Amino acid sequence: MSAQPFRFVATPRRVREDRRFVAGRGNFVADVNLPGMLHVALVPSQHAAARILSIDASSALAMPGVHAVATGAELAAAADPLMNGLDTPRVRRFPLAVGQVRYNGEWVAAVAAETRALAEDAAERVAVDYEPLPFVLDPEQALRPESPAVHPDHGSNILLDRTFVWGEVERHFAQSPRQLSFRVTWGRNSTVPVETFGVVAAWDPWNELLDVWASIQMPKYADQIARALRVPANAVRVHYDVDVGGSYGVKRGIKHTVLAGYLARRLARPVRLLEDRLENMRAGDAHGPDRIFDVAVAFEDDGIINAMRMQALDNAGAYAGRAPFQLGKPIGAIVGPYRIKSVEYRAISVTTNKAAQEAVRGFGQSPTNYAIETAIERVAAAVGVDRIEVRRRNFIRKDEFPYLIPSGTRYDSGDYHTVLDKVLAHVEWPKLAHERDRLRQDGWLAGIGIAACLEPSGGNSAFEPLLNPKNTTTTWMESCRINVDALGHVAATIHTTSSGQGHETLAATVIGEVLQIEPDRIRIVRPDSLASLPGNSPVGSRMAIMLGGAAFHAAEKLKRKLMAIAAHQFGCSDQAIDYAAGAAAERNGTRRLDWGELVTIAHRNFHLLPPGFEPGLEVTHVMQVPTGTALPTQDGRVQMYPCHSFELHLVLVAIDPELGKPQFRRYVIGHDCGTVINPAIVKGMTLGGIAHGIGAALLEEFIYDDQGQMISQSFMDYVLPSAHEVPDVEIVHHCTPSPFTVLGQKGSGESGYLGAPAAVASAVNDAVAPLGLAFTKLPIRISELSDAVAAARASGKDRIGTGTA
Amino acid sequence: MKADLNVNGRAVSVELEPRTTLLDCLRDHLGLTGTHAGCEHGICGACTVLLDGEPVRSCLMFAVQADGYAITTIEAVAPAPGELSIVQDAFCETHGLQCGYCTPGMILTAEALLRRIPDPTRADIVNAISANICRCTGYGQIVEAVALAAKRLAGSNMPRALPPGEGA
Repeated sequence: MSAQPFRFVATPRRVREDRRFVAGRGNFVADVNLPGMLHVALVPSQHAAARILSIDASSALAMPGVHAVATGAELAAAADPLMNGLDTPRVRRFPLAVGQVRYNGEWVAAVAAETRALAEDAAERVAVDYEPLPFVLDPEQALRPESPAVHPDHGSNILLDRTFVWGEVERHFAQSPRQLSFRVTWGRNSTVPVETFGVVAAWDPWNELLDVWASIQMPKYADQIARALRVPANAVRVHYDVDVGGSYGVKRGIKHTVLAGYLARRLARPVRLLEDRLENMRAGDAHGPDRIFDVAVAFEDDGIINAMRMQALDNAGAYAGRAPFQLGKPIGAIVGPYRIKSVEYRAISVTTNKAAQEAVRGFGQSPTNYAIETAIERVAAAVGVDRIEVRRRNFIRKDEFPYLIPSGTRYDSGDYHTVLDKVLAHVEWPKLAHERDRLRQDGWLAGIGIAACLEPSGGNSAFEPLLNPKNTTTTWMESCRINVDALGHVAATIHTTSSGQGHETLAATVIGEVLQIEPDRIRIVRPDSLASLPGNSPVGSRMAIMLGGAAFHAAEKLKRKLMAIAAHQFGCSDQAIDYAAGAAAERNGTRRLDWGELVTIAHRNFHLLPPGFEPGLEVTHVMQVPTGTALPTQDGRVQMYPCHSFELHLVLVAIDPELGKPQFRRYVIGHDCGTVINPAIVKGMTLGGIAHGIGAALLEEFIYDDQGQMISQSFMDYVLPSAHEVPDVEIVHHCTPSPFTVLGQKGSGESGYLGAPAAVASAVNDAVAPLGLAFTKLPIRISELSDAVAAARASGKDRIGTGTA
Repeated sequence: MKADLNVNGRAVSVELEPRTTLLDCLRDHLGLTGTHAGCEHGICGACTVLLDGEPVRSCLMFAVQADGYAITTIEAVAPAPGELSIVQDAFCETHGLQCGYCTPGMILTAEALLRRIPDPTRADIVNAISANICRCTGYGQIVEAVALAAKRLAGSNMPRALPPGEGA
């Protein structure tokens, strides 16, 4: 897989976490059961927007076993607002609505009771009087000054409106012979993990310590809890040994946690808040991007694209949170894998009366990739050149890396042409095109979809200072500590929860590789947040790069320590020592100390240690993001991510023109994420990402009716892909190692998802093109598809089977 | 009220409200937390248990309705502490999981399938596991795991063990 010879990395090895899960012995938050624990149920808003006139909880409180009914007014007095990413101090958000509700389902009050069932019964008895207010759901309407402001104190619905110009956009547009423009829309969907979010909080008044167990995937979680609850951060102890039942970005239940923490303190009882599925989908504040793209491109007659203008208008929902930053990450790959010379990018985030947004896999990159790929397809159609050829002509060439894109990021490495060629060879391209035409002759609507895109990975959160000048973040560190005990056994730490990424396997594999010892013999532990080194949780496709990097550097330090101990015994320099499989030997001699002897010296023989050495055998490494060291420039350029994985999707779909349901006849992805540390993990992430992308393209959407009621409230309305909807996917591997990482690895946690929606849309549009149809909004629902096809055929445009390509 | 249940080959008597689901009974009353709540409306399959060997949604039935059936949960699948069944081991071999939340339900579904159809086609496997939603894997390595388990079971030359409390 790589030119470098590896012993454990990139070899087929089992994932150590799997054993506990197949036995049903994971430790999920719902499995945390503390004596005396109370359960929370929530009172949801019936309105999209309304003033809260009164809350009468007397009937609920009269029920035996009900301990408290908390309201927003009470919480606002006791806690500080939750963190906003942008500088929008008047967009205040508390766990419960304060004075006014801003979306259907928003939490108005919280009941704590002896059992969950009792809490739910009591929640139904909380009487809330509302005065309905005008509301706005559409982002373009929300922009208009006459629209109701979701946060009147903020003055408008605009959270963010920034225009960046990178390069000579005007000149390139003026000088290009061809231009086109279009609009595409990305519907509001999310990752919707099978486990909902949950949190258990317990306050110990004698130690003044808040213990938190949560199904969390969130940077700076303990800090945010402490700030909101006005306690020192060292009074919050987050337990990282909780297994998270899927997240893919969204498990950021800060409002849940602050509420549970507040109740635990007030009631001096452990408190558990588990979302049910409706809570999760309606008011978990975990919806993803909801975005309208207006794109224009300027290009040559041969399809070479010179410049792009993109406006992304994102419907953030009722509160700001971190969601607007999802317009920022794509700046790090705003030209995709293409040599577009200049870009104008306008990013607008507005509040509306929908549920608040949260980070979703790719952090805004997948919608942006869909817009970029649509541009490529439109250009190909406009100039009459094959879609694959247009991509080939615009791809950055492998000899151009590191390649500086207009927005300031230097792409690390890649070989897009070779990946494309490998995929085309794998599918035997002429045969695939022939198969599509054969299907068309048989009466199917058949189409081939193509998408190429990047996965920026290893994030340093540079979109924070780029979009919020008050934010000066230039690090997004991750850490690892390795301790070798006096018997020579190795234990290493990771400082985060995991939601299926296999971090224990990752760290053990890398440490084993460096120390040349069997990874399965290394214990990986997760200290709680108070015992942890600095870290930022598994976001931004960063852990292979950052945790892998921290583990690598820590192991290197340990190895150097062992070599120095040996050199001291031999009276030679450290450079004259060879290290192999745990033993250190003189390069030009016969003396050698094995692992056990070195460990004994470190742990028991201080008199044999080199001067200045601390006894014991322990090392720590806190790793800075490779390449991420500087604040953005004045003109809005910044190195956003260090590494850029590449994926190329090629899809054949067949659609029964009566039913409108796309069937996948072939799904191939070419994938290059550099050195693969564990092949089974990367494969799973890629296949899972594609499944998720198929959902986003065809099935999944949170829909609000014209009264602002969310109507996709169950898994019968919000449809997750099952094994029937996800095809057998073929992966074509390629490895272009990153020059910026310790093993050449790049990120893969968002792979598949970043290109699948664009590829599926491309395939469907190719299938319906003979009817003169083109879908410009995701998801492309089966019902819409069949209706559009029926209408097109009725109007006499039916040209199926003519073999047009 | 009192419910008399046969869980993993053991007779248990549970005092519970009549409205308690089988899922909540297993988790909250019997401490069998390997069975997971996903949607609690019968779609996702995370709460799958076997009733007389057939997969059912434990969120969709009351505990009292399970009286008279042999209930099998994930806790009864491993033959001994630290030792995996062939199906469990196959899931580890292919990495047919990531976060592990849907996994107990998937494994019980697979165990039931392989008892019914020892040599399943890919379509058989897809049909069976389409009852269980996995958000992590895209199902590819799960299908591989079930196919591998079928192959290993066929080659194991051992009588097919019935879950505790069944048959005999």
